[in-house]
Amino acid sequence: MNHLYFVALRTIWIKECTRFLRIWVQTLVPPAITMSLYFVIFGSLIGSRIGEMGGFSYMEFIVPGLIMMSIITNSYSNVSSSFFSAKFQRNVEELLVAPIPTWVVIMGFVGGGVARALLIGIIVTTVAMLFVDISIHNLGVIVLTLVLTATLFATAGLINAVYAKTFDDISVIPTFVLTPLTYLGGVFYSLSLLPEFWQWVSKANPIVYMVNGFRYGFLGVSDVNVGISIGLLVGFNLLLFSLAYALLQRGVGIRS
Amino acid sequence: MFALDIQGLTKTYKGGVEALRGIDLQVQQGDFFALLGPNGAGKSTTIGIISSLVNKSAGNVKVFDYSIDDQLTLAKSCIGLVPQEFNFNQFETLTQIMLNQAGYYGVPRGVARGRAETYLKQLDLWEKRNSPARELSGGMKRRLMIARALMHQPKMLILDEPTAGVDIEIRRSMWRFLEEINQQGITIILTTHYLEEAESLCRNIAIIDKGKIVENTSMKALLSKLNVETFVLDIEPVKQAPNIPKYRSRLLDDHTLEVEVQKSEGLSPVFEQLSEQGVQVMSMRNKANRLEELFVRLVEQGRAKAAIGV
Repeated sequence: MNHLYFVALRTIWIKECTRFLRIWVQTLVPPAITMSLYFVIFGSLIGSRIGEMGGFSYMEFIVPGLIMMSIITNSYSNVSSSFFSAKFQRNVEELLVAPIPTWVVIMGFVGGGVARALLIGIIVTTVAMLFVDISIHNLGVIVLTLVLTATLFATAGLINAVYAKTFDDISVIPTFVLTPLTYLGGVFYSLSLLPEFWQWVSKANPIVYMVNGFRYGFLGVSDVNVGISIGLLVGFNLLLFSLAYALLQRGVGIRS
Repeated sequence: MFALDIQGLTKTYKGGVEALRGIDLQVQQGDFFALLGPNGAGKSTTIGIISSLVNKSAGNVKVFDYSIDDQLTLAKSCIGLVPQEFNFNQFETLTQIMLNQAGYYGVPRGVARGRAETYLKQLDLWEKRNSPARELSGGMKRRLMIARALMHQPKMLILDEPTAGVDIEIRRSMWRFLEEINQQGITIILTTHYLEEAESLCRNIAIIDKGKIVENTSMKALLSKLNVETFVLDIEPVKQAPNIPKYRSRLLDDHTLEVEVQKSEGLSPVFEQLSEQGVQVMSMRNKANRLEELFVRLVEQGRAKAAIGV
């Protein structure tokens, strides 16, 4: 049975990777272009007038946040659009009738989202290296934060797709929740610049912990405790995986 | 051990629609079984529950003695499903669809490639193996779903209206293929609206209506209950309908007469009475399926002519 699960997991994962690689113009190119623009405008043009932030040039400061922003949006949108398309075209039924346990289905889809996020992370980092020298303070924290964040948002995208009934439903959360939280999550500024009250408000935003954890891995500076960042990521991952498991096991949105 | 054993199966959808009201059904191993019924009778719901696409409300379902409640993984492994609606990824190629399907059932890639080639060739899809599924014709898509369902070599194949919207020639080739795999030992359960399809393929039959089984018997026993047949007679042109006492008849046009004949009465009295009235019968055919027969014959004649270069 373990062999069956392994083959099934690998099949779903390869199918997911093939999907985003097949449509690379939609999936891989836009983040590279968007991030290049961010680096040119915020890094080179405006950044040079801002001066240092947290002891680093503004360009160096925003690079980890921009990479993290790409990872969050791409892991989320990959799984939400793929799983919703599978529902829409009814080919999710191929998985429902097959002897695959729910956790394998979740891991397959989430694994696809993480793969895309990692690839985007590499692309954006490569683009960033054209503009600034990137230093690495702690590779372990970088990898751990990256994988946990990608997994978390890929799972969130899956949950969104489970509930979605139209294509509009999978764009509502990224537009009205993810984007504001990311922009207010310390990508472009240090929390220390904010008044004390807004610093506290910002610390209720989970993306602050992800961006800062990731930034710590590169620069060795963070507005929050890195241990808390990783702990929160693990906790949120467990929570969302349990929710996704319960939803798919009950057949919410996919079984009548 | 039955291939399928259903006891007291009920399904009530949200909103209170009772799709199944306590179905009992057994299908023998190796059977070619027809599940017939009008639209909305509960056929697709029954198939959906057996194949885990629909949650049941109550009752028990066993597939080769594996309960779908306690041994779902084993039960699923025994089933190949050909659903009514196309449910493959339209952007994937046929090969990708086939290999993915095999992967979902744990079939190693190397084995899957061989099987994909076998079934795509058998169902005349091999030339299209690298095309995206959306480029296939309706008949090809139906055959693709059959090929896909066989990738894990299931012991039971469930086909929900597999030939809907398919032309006669392809339909018949699909029948021949299904007969072949049934002879190899695969149990087949078929729902269809083409009664001729069920009649020519299936050995046993259940008829479902409004969520209940109203008939469950052998095809032979069912057909023996059919005691009226309609014949169409081509006659020399007449001005008014001939009078054939004890038989229901109607003149379709001045040279076509339709007559309903009870099996117990036979056809001889019809000919005698027509002869007495001076009506000449030129030819006669059973009303059922004559158009299909004519179509197949014309296609075959056309191909034969093309083959010999006429």
